[in-house]
Amino acid sequence: MAVLSVSNIKKAFGSNVVLTDISFDVEEGEVVAIIGPSGSGKSTILRCINQLETIDGGQITLLDDNMIAGTSPDGKPIYSSPQVLRKMRLNIGLVFQNFNLFPHFSVMRNVTEAPIHVLKMPKEQAVEEAKDLLAKMGLSDKHDAYPYQLSGGQQQRVSIARALALHPEVLFFDEPTSALDPELTGEILKVIRGLAREKHTMVIVTHEMAFARDVADRVIFMDQGVIVEQGDPRQVINHPREERTKLFLKRYSEDSQD
Amino acid sequence: METLFSTIDAAYMSKLLVILLQGVLTSLRIFAITLVIAVPLGFLVSFAKKSKYKIISVPINIYILIMRGTPLLLQILIVYFGPYYVFNLSYNRFAAIIIAFVLNYAAYFAEIFRGGIESMPVGQYEAAGALGFTKAQTFFRIILPQVVKRILPASANEVITLVKDTALAQTIGVAELFALSSKQASFKTSVIPLFVAGIFYFVLNWAVTAAFAYFEKKLDYYK
Ligand SMILES: Nc1ncnc2c1ncn2[C@@H]1O[C@H](COP(=O)(O)OP(=O)(O)OP(=O)(O)O)[C@@H](O)[C@H]1O
Ligand SMILES: [Mg+2]
Repeated sequence: MAVLSVSNIKKAFGSNVVLTDISFDVEEGEVVAIIGPSGSGKSTILRCINQLETIDGGQITLLDDNMIAGTSPDGKPIYSSPQVLRKMRLNIGLVFQNFNLFPHFSVMRNVTEAPIHVLKMPKEQAVEEAKDLLAKMGLSDKHDAYPYQLSGGQQQRVSIARALALHPEVLFFDEPTSALDPELTGEILKVIRGLAREKHTMVIVTHEMAFARDVADRVIFMDQGVIVEQGDPRQVINHPREERTKLFLKRYSEDSQD
Repeated sequence: METLFSTIDAAYMSKLLVILLQGVLTSLRIFAITLVIAVPLGFLVSFAKKSKYKIISVPINIYILIMRGTPLLLQILIVYFGPYYVFNLSYNRFAAIIIAFVLNYAAYFAEIFRGGIESMPVGQYEAAGALGFTKAQTFFRIILPQVVKRILPASANEVITLVKDTALAQTIGVAELFALSSKQASFKTSVIPLFVAGIFYFVLNWAVTAAFAYFEKKLDYYK
């Protein structure tokens, strides 16, 4: 059963059409990697699903909830009620490229603030769960640290724990390793691999081709706002069918060799 | 030097201190009342300035431009004498000073707040939104505490200026520190009262500086 269903998404910034007609499903427990050149609209998709951007057309369905309730006479989508939108939002976790931790909160508070004040979870329970999550992220000794005292890799692990603390149905990553030094990339990829093994449903935008090939169940290649090709990671990355995919992967492997 | 000090003796000195302390109290009242009203008002003004309704944002912009573009001294005179010339209405001088100071300082504080809020990275709002915080929670839990830290140095400057600006209250005859000391100075033809007043201002601002240093240190636990 599809946990998340994205159909015919359209998005433009002014006259710049960024997403043309995007459709894909994500099954329960599936890991989907989205790859593609800079500016192809990868982040914009995640941001639309997360309601950080509004869509100009199409539908996004998460479990039983539809983001769009109908269409206005001038063809614009009408968003569902705030309650539905909020429920959808809480069922989606988002990990940002540059972490966006709250610098004035300790690691513990970064992770517990939303469960306590958004889910109204009792504080003791939120702290207990946060301890488990932070232990899983290898950060048991960092509860009281502040983000500025952590390495980029540690900060990103805190932000993953923060997203997981709300028990989202789907976890989204937008280039989770792009802001990190190469030697710190590995620790984040390891964490994501661990989550995949635990059957977390995840959508990962990444430039790490080898990682996408290893960890993803399916790879989506995007270019200029459309999905050019999607399928088995080995097939898409090692034996792409479409010319544009071949070109991108070729250029990509050349770039990453220098 | 002889003539400067000739009329000053120990008895006068203690009398002078009592007089000037009363002036200090008046200055402190102007200072405190202005702060207590102008800070929250400046906060509201900074939001009104960003309103999407032109009917709110345009007048607010004009107000800020005028307050920051004309001398406070002129504003005090207009606030006090304006109603008199227009409506033949005269009113309490102290109230006039408070109105003028609050209007002026709210505009400056509004610009400080606006700068602080605009300096916040958009990622903080997005992270809070993605975690399901409401707009109000995002503002009060995530944004505001960080803005306070960012605007502390600029606010300190403003508050120190306010201490010194209280001297302008003398222009409409409010008996604050500066007014009383210059009166004593001419009465005794001595600079001693002015010098003592200077020490009072200096000590007040030393206390303000120390208070801000304390708050900055308290907020120094994160970067
Ligand atoms: N807020 C915005 N306003 C205007 N244009 C935007 C905005 N956000 C994104 N765009 C444009 O949308 C297009 C797609 O951007 P997007 O960030 O989704 O690309 P991307 O595939 O994530 O690229 P990258 O790999 O560089 O992160 C780009 O042309 C970008 O300039
Ligand atoms: Mg991107």
